[in-house]
Amino acid sequence: MSERLTKSAARNIFYGGTIFFLVIFLGLTLQSHNYIVTTSTNEDELTASVVAGKHIWERNACINCHTLLGEGAYFAPELGNVWVRYGGKEDPEGARDSLKAWMQSQPSGIEGRRQMPQFNLSDQELDELVDFLKWTSEINTQGWPPNEAG
Amino acid sequence: MKYQSQKVALYYIYGALTLFAAQIVFGVVAGTVYVFPNFLSEVLPFNVIRMIHTNALIVWLLMGYFGAAYYLLPEECETEIHSPKLAIIQFWLFMAAALAAVVCYILGIHEGREFLEQPLPIKVAIVVVALIFLYNSTLTLLKGRKTAISNVLIVGLWFVALLFLFAFYNPANLSLDKMYWWYVIHLWVEGVWELIMASILAFLMIKMTGVDREVIEKWLYVMVSLSLFTGILGTGHHYLWIGTPGYWQWIGNVFSTLEIVPFFAMVVFCFYMVWKGGREHPNKAALLWALGCSVMAFFGAGVWGFMHTISSINYYSHGTQITAAHGHLAFYGAYVMLNLAIFTYALPYLRGRAPYNQQLNMWGFWITTSAMAFMTFTLTFAGIVQVHLQRVLGMAYMEVQDQIALFYWMRLGAGVVVLIGVTLIIWSLVVVPRARPATGAVRQTGK
Repeated sequence: MSERLTKSAARNIFYGGTIFFLVIFLGLTLQSHNYIVTTSTNEDELTASVVAGKHIWERNACINCHTLLGEGAYFAPELGNVWVRYGGKEDPEGARDSLKAWMQSQPSGIEGRRQMPQFNLSDQELDELVDFLKWTSEINTQGWPPNEAG
Repeated sequence: MKYQSQKVALYYIYGALTLFAAQIVFGVVAGTVYVFPNFLSEVLPFNVIRMIHTNALIVWLLMGYFGAAYYLLPEECETEIHSPKLAIIQFWLFMAAALAAVVCYILGIHEGREFLEQPLPIKVAIVVVALIFLYNSTLTLLKGRKTAISNVLIVGLWFVALLFLFAFYNPANLSLDKMYWWYVIHLWVEGVWELIMASILAFLMIKMTGVDREVIEKWLYVMVSLSLFTGILGTGHHYLWIGTPGYWQWIGNVFSTLEIVPFFAMVVFCFYMVWKGGREHPNKAALLWALGCSVMAFFGAGVWGFMHTISSINYYSHGTQITAAHGHLAFYGAYVMLNLAIFTYALPYLRGRAPYNQQLNMWGFWITTSAMAFMTFTLTFAGIVQVHLQRVLGMAYMEVQDQIALFYWMRLGAGVVVLIGVTLIIWSLVVVPRARPATGAVRQTGK
């Protein structure tokens, strides 16, 4: 490496540059935080039921089989748009009933098919979980996923 | 080994290897569920298996870093560790927390954010572990010689602890939750963990090649600068489709493309130092791991990361088996191999022996590395088919999975070979041959 770059100069570049990029990153995150709260998500529709649904999602570690907005395990279908896939936009009641019925009927026990456990959720919990999935499907995700298959 | 207190590293190395074995076993089980979906489905569902697989990995890597730090700090600082007793207490607390987490997971007690599933009391215990470590290592650093290697390592570990605090912040708004979740996940593995990686590699190069410290430490600062200058804003490649603003596509594209540069610099650094040093170090296996680490990190983290980081590609590949392929090779190449390099280097000194089981260890290296590469190829091909069928043609997820079943069989095969390779590696490190205790071993320390 060039003789002109001394070790102390390299050290100063490291610390100075890191602070520089960190400040930019924090600034952009702050702006993004604001954008999420005001623009890309329905903060005003973040009801107690949606929040409860998110906790049910977490308590059962759904993320370790499914993906949600593309993040999670890759063992089971994407659920960020499951509300749309089940036709929730056209027929909200029908989609809700189908989703609840699906979860209640697990595990399928079919040989050679991936098994979703039975989580024994109450009717209210199922509703809350569906509310959370509906809310999630309404986040402005820059058009992702490319199609309904998720 | 010059300093008595370096011995505490042994706890961490053995603890790490134990969890490493658990991680691989659960990985093979998870791979088996992919081809026999009914396997264990009533007893141990896939989500629990995966939690143990990923958490065991993260914890053993961290345990390895603590061990590496306790091994190299005395030599770098030229002083004993502030409190070896505290280091041992820290180890047992960490190990107990890790085992408690596994038991909790099996019983279905966990939080629900990926990789941060530890129940709250265990998260608090992890913070206590980190605080003990930072106290102990920082005081050691302050009372002794301050080198670039020890500074960068400790700065890295401080930030590991600070960033973990975001694990306690779980906003009700899913988009906010995801944005701050990446503060832990991305800024760890594509940020401050690279500081740990570069400093440990630099330490190994000083010890094994004999190249002048001034040269190596200058390289170290350049490598970690490249890591953070690209990695911090490279977080943008996770802020594409989670409700964050569109400008992250541009920032992510530019900076995460550049994230390959520090990994390339580490390859050049390691090979150049070995060539420049021109010295025959007796521990050939450790040198192989160090060089292999830089190369596989370049491919796994660098090339496989770059492959799907551009937003117009990621739009189609996001959250498919392509991500899984990248994840496996990146963690193996960068951080698993790094830990195995320092373990292979340090254990003979810690046990007062000349390097032992070199052949067996190197067999383990080639078998495991080849199998990980094969696993990555099969998952990549699976991912390409999946992207085409699901993201382009719009075929339903489960139908697509049936189409790529063959790749999952090959992945399981690769996983079984990894298990064999890892068994050889652990055996070669832990089981010391009965042969003559080498008299020269103690004196080899340092150079």
